[in-house]
Amino acid sequence: MGIRAEHEIHGRRKGRNIGVGLMLGGFVLLVMVLTFVKITDTDFTRAPGTANPAPSAEATD
Amino acid sequence: MTDITNTPAVTNEAQLGDYFALMKPRVMQLVVFTVLVGMLAAPTSVHPVVGFAAILFVAIGAGASGALNMWWDADIDAVMRRTSKRPIPAGKVEPGEALALGVALSGLSVMMLGLAANLLAAAMLAFTIFFYAVIYSMWLKRATPQNIVIGGAAGAFPPVIGWIIATGSFSVEAWLMFTLIFMWTPPHFWALALFMRSDYDDAEVPMLTVTHGRPSTRRHILAYTVLLAILAVGTGFSAIGGYIYLSVAVILNVFFLMGAYRIWQRDEVMAEVDNYLAERKFFRLSLYYLFLHFGAILLEATLRPWGLGGW
Repeated sequence: MGIRAEHEIHGRRKGRNIGVGLMLGGFVLLVMVLTFVKITDTDFTRAPGTANPAPSAEATD
Repeated sequence: MTDITNTPAVTNEAQLGDYFALMKPRVMQLVVFTVLVGMLAAPTSVHPVVGFAAILFVAIGAGASGALNMWWDADIDAVMRRTSKRPIPAGKVEPGEALALGVALSGLSVMMLGLAANLLAAAMLAFTIFFYAVIYSMWLKRATPQNIVIGGAAGAFPPVIGWIIATGSFSVEAWLMFTLIFMWTPPHFWALALFMRSDYDDAEVPMLTVTHGRPSTRRHILAYTVLLAILAVGTGFSAIGGYIYLSVAVILNVFFLMGAYRIWQRDEVMAEVDNYLAERKFFRLSLYYLFLHFGAILLEATLRPWGLGGW
């Protein structure tokens, strides 16, 4: 009796592998979006540890 | 000739759901909810993406500590009726796999929370995982009847983590939420221990019911419930409280105190007659109790921008 190419166990493992793949894909996407938010929210013109500058006179006019 | 399906390792091969079950999804639900409440009750707002990611990583950390707990407790889980169908005693997941999953996800969740939110939140999550997996599961659970009292702190840290995610620091309000869960845990589990009669005895876990007897457990439930009621109603006068929270807290605590008083008045003969009805009711109420208290805090925080929540 030969081993069939597609056994039931392969189907079950396929389901598990797809699940892990989707989770890893989701994780990569989340890190990407998180990085985008962090970069766009950070004021790089300010030195680390210093307070936000007060609004300028032009901005308040 | 041997067929491949006859080997136990193949027929019992774990599915994704079995690994998920290792992470105690019901505990994770409570963690997600309390972290969310802690985060939204804080005076500082969080970017939705950062908030979502941070809550996800705290949930993964909680799941990781659940997997480590199941790895360590596999022997007693197999003995107790309530836990005998968990993935390791059921033979679906190998103990080593649970350990690997727990360690890997612990590291990942702490690191990612540090990157997504701040280092203090990450440190607090790391401490919470250590507290649950090592201090509670490995040291206290089998050694002292105070296991539930001290171990309850592990489940009480999530709202503090939520607060730190938003503010980057500790505060009195965060610790009030911590104390609410901390004081709620013992009566909740002792009520369960009263009607899950033989489980903890069989597993030789030194629950209060086993070491000090059932009348003493009933007295402890009443004492803790009185302290909890004072604390829960008192929280209503803090910055996270308000009219809604205070009303919810007063109503719930009246019912909770009545339940604890009824348990204290009964003995084992009376309890066996109605199959621990009062203890079961108290346990069921305790589930709503915590959910509604935190729901009220959430409601106060959500209504605050419109001038409706808070004092």
